[in-house]
Amino acid sequence: MAALLTVKGLQTHFNTDRGIVKAVDGVSYHIDPGETVGVVGESGCGKSVTQLSVLQLIPSPPGKTVGGEVVFEGRNILEYEANGAQMREIRGGKIAMIFQEPMTSLNPVLTIGRQLTEMMELHQGMGKAEARARAIELLGMVGIPDGAKRIDNYPHQFSGGMRQRVMIAMALSCSPKIVIADEPTTALDVTTQAQLLELMQNMMRRLGSSLVMVTHNLGVVARYANRIYVMYAGRIVESGDAKEIFGHPKHPYTIGLLSCVPRLDECGKKERKLVPIQGMPPALINMPKTCAFLPRCAYRTARCEQEVWPELRPVADRHYVRCFDDIGQANVCK
Amino acid sequence: MSANETILEVNDLKMYFPVTKGLLGKKVADVKAVDGVSFQLSRGETLGLVGESGCGKTTTGRCVLRIYRPTSGTIIFDHDEISNLSENEFRPYRKKISFIFQDPFSSLDPRQSAGSIVGEPLKVHHLVKSRAEYKERVEELFRMVGLDPMMANRVPHEFSGGQRQRIGIARALACDPSLIVCDEPISALDVSIQAQIINLLEELQAGNKELSYLFIAHDLAVVRHISDRVAVMYLGRIVEMTDSNELYQNPLHPYTRALLSAVPIADPAVEEKRERIILKGEVPSPLNPPSGCHFHLRCQLASPECSEAAPQLKDVGNGHKVACLKV
Repeated sequence: MAALLTVKGLQTHFNTDRGIVKAVDGVSYHIDPGETVGVVGESGCGKSVTQLSVLQLIPSPPGKTVGGEVVFEGRNILEYEANGAQMREIRGGKIAMIFQEPMTSLNPVLTIGRQLTEMMELHQGMGKAEARARAIELLGMVGIPDGAKRIDNYPHQFSGGMRQRVMIAMALSCSPKIVIADEPTTALDVTTQAQLLELMQNMMRRLGSSLVMVTHNLGVVARYANRIYVMYAGRIVESGDAKEIFGHPKHPYTIGLLSCVPRLDECGKKERKLVPIQGMPPALINMPKTCAFLPRCAYRTARCEQEVWPELRPVADRHYVRCFDDIGQANVCK
Repeated sequence: MSANETILEVNDLKMYFPVTKGLLGKKVADVKAVDGVSFQLSRGETLGLVGESGCGKTTTGRCVLRIYRPTSGTIIFDHDEISNLSENEFRPYRKKISFIFQDPFSSLDPRQSAGSIVGEPLKVHHLVKSRAEYKERVEELFRMVGLDPMMANRVPHEFSGGQRQRIGIARALACDPSLIVCDEPISALDVSIQAQIINLLEELQAGNKELSYLFIAHDLAVVRHISDRVAVMYLGRIVEMTDSNELYQNPLHPYTRALLSAVPIADPAVEEKRERIILKGEVPSPLNPPSGCHFHLRCQLASPECSEAAPQLKDVGNGHKVACLKV
């Protein structure tokens, strides 16, 4: 099956007073039709910037996508002008985005009806009345009761969870091929989070769209994602099927992430002490050529300190790791 | 002092915030943020208080800290009733009840050096006699929380989030308290840093068996990890309270079950087999909570009698308490 979206060697850099921040530094991945892909990593690892770069939403200056290509429907969409008609057609129409902050990503001075219908009028050439009817239908689909009345409300009249439902309705309004959800439920309570993720999964199945879920929550990707990319310091350090990654993590960072969070199905402090990852994520200025995780790595060897950071290499079927060593299950600190 | 001695006892605590209207501030309603909460905390124990935003967990903690004066109910700390004391009368207890706040950015004065933030309680409560003793104690506190005493002259913005939270913990420890109210101490931190702070809190308790925590958080996995017992709150009331492993293995209240099933576990093999309970609707406003059991509108087990009287917390054996008519 041909990939729906292929990203090759994407590089996005930011010019700052202190130097060039290589927020995304050679990221390659692909999205297949109908699958849910999880992108995980801590804040500052470049997971959001990668997604924004794909849609050319990085404010320039200071940011600039300096390398790589993004192939969608056979064309490199990075060649399109950021504000040109071709890019606008893709953005929202074919690749939609759901942002983290439903409070700030809706326009407070427009009714949600206006914000919902605008996309459909632009992308699908619907008339006002038709778009409005479709918007009311969409509100019902995402679980907002009494859509016919609520459509004339402003964002502040909705709760956080309801606003995120509006965002989902908006993202799905043009039946996009890919939906990118950037920390879609981070600001919300767990039961609301469960409601919305379940809703998103059902809607994706109904539309047959692919979902890219960007999050720092390993539990969320374990529950919903088919495939996972783990990012660190602007690069992908491990990728593979969800079961493979969680069952046989190979990169020290992935192993570290999994052993530093308490799990709900685990007995408490008496049984297991958490193993924190030492140190801090790096500031991405003047990074050395060696592995960026090296200063925090519990498994480092002399080789890691001498040679440049290796490329991703296969370790199992569809499982890739950016590390010299094979860190087997036996070595995993439990 | 026995290990099982009760350090904190909260009885039928209520905290209502008035909603006013008009120029004269006429009271039109109450937000019942905490509506009849009772629990006990033993010396050396960690009680986790969990619930979603607006359930009253933070307000409960703030009543214990006397940031709020409760509307009614009693708070007994170390055999003394403290809920009605004046600010001056309460001051000696500030040494014994300490706090760690959520946001390590806004809970430290940006113009104060880290050393003086940590040392201020020592001065306020006259716990040190000389300048040398003060310096020595501040250095000791820095080392206790894993910070280099050389950094005492820096100001908060020079520290990372995790380090700032360590400063907050050092400040909390300055008076050698018996109880620390931890209000979401890790939720503003990155996942890899969270474990460092959790381990630090656990080590401090292991080093001082008399230290108790009231640990307020919304992350259920973290609460299970750190707590001996857990109380689950919903709209101002405790709906279930028991030993932390018992709560997770045998949740009885329908809300607890839904809450636990909503938390994903970082293992796809486990996730496949788990039952998912998706709640309908949203948490109602505490301004106008449903009658009877506050949860009955969203509950799968609800029947007409659930909307009549609020169920009381009852012991169903082994100290497992639950407030539900159906259990």
